Amino acid sequence: MIAAISKICGVTPLLAWHTDSTLPDSDLIIIPGGFSHGDYLRSGAIAARAAVMDSVREVAEKGVRILGVCNGFQTLTEAGLLPGALMRNAGIKFVCKEVKLSIANNRNPFTQGYQLNEVIRCPVAHHDGNYFADAKTLQQIEDNEQVAFRYADGTNPNGSANDIAGIFNTKGNVLGMMPHPENLIEPAHGGIDGRRLFEGALNLLKAELA
Amino acid sequence: MSNKTFNAQVRVTLKNGVLDPQGKAIEGALGSLGFEGVNQVRQGKTFDVQLEASSKKAAEDQLANMCEKLLANTVIEDYAVSIST
Repeated sequence: MIAAISKICGVTPLLAWHTDSTLPDSDLIIIPGGFSHGDYLRSGAIAARAAVMDSVREVAEKGVRILGVCNGFQTLTEAGLLPGALMRNAGIKFVCKEVKLSIANNRNPFTQGYQLNEVIRCPVAHHDGNYFADAKTLQQIEDNEQVAFRYADGTNPNGSANDIAGIFNTKGNVLGMMPHPENLIEPAHGGIDGRRLFEGALNLLKAELA
Repeated sequence: MSNKTFNAQVRVTLKNGVLDPQGKAIEGALGSLGFEGVNQVRQGKTFDVQLEASSKKAAEDQLANMCEKLLANTVIEDYAVSIST
């Protein structure tokens, strides 16, 4: 993720440690993937209670853009910053492959670089990516157009409800997603479909078009 | 008032209706071992917690709080607390 951000915007991102009580002033905060605390208890559960998350919650309130990818998405749901939960994949197996995503809402900085319903490629690598929310919450998410990405063309790899691969919070400044857009940002990756997400979130799209 | 030591067991289970693929896999394995008549298996977790509290009620309250804040994810899980001693 650090390499991807550095390549996209030319600036090396600042790092925050889980015990930090403040966050550096920044335009975008990313909680990357991985297996924080060994996925003990539940994926993201311990990380969601880390000291630094108080600051994350605080800046989220202020409207700072926050992206959680994979374990970062799990952490954001566990922290209550996004609705629902990520459960064990319906097929039980760890999945590591490429899927298709359709853009369900592009009226948001994170997804503005994509066309509505555009289908992009994106890799996934997770064991607990099965998005679950109770029927009422799911309805609210749909009514509020909080779904950012859906698994497309029958590629739902984990049994996620409504094929949900990524969701926004109600304000739209927090995005959580299981797929890894940072792993498809340069030709050497075999594609650049993930790149526009970061360019959008970092307001680099207009600069490029101008 | 001095604190007493309590031994508690916290049981965390998936809510009804929440898919449990691990329970399903175990259910299948029991079937293939020849156990007949197993209608359903749901996998959960138990936590044995020893804690100091001023009373049994205080211990129960504290444990419920632990469940709400960490031990259970109440979006998908229910919890039950019992204190043995």
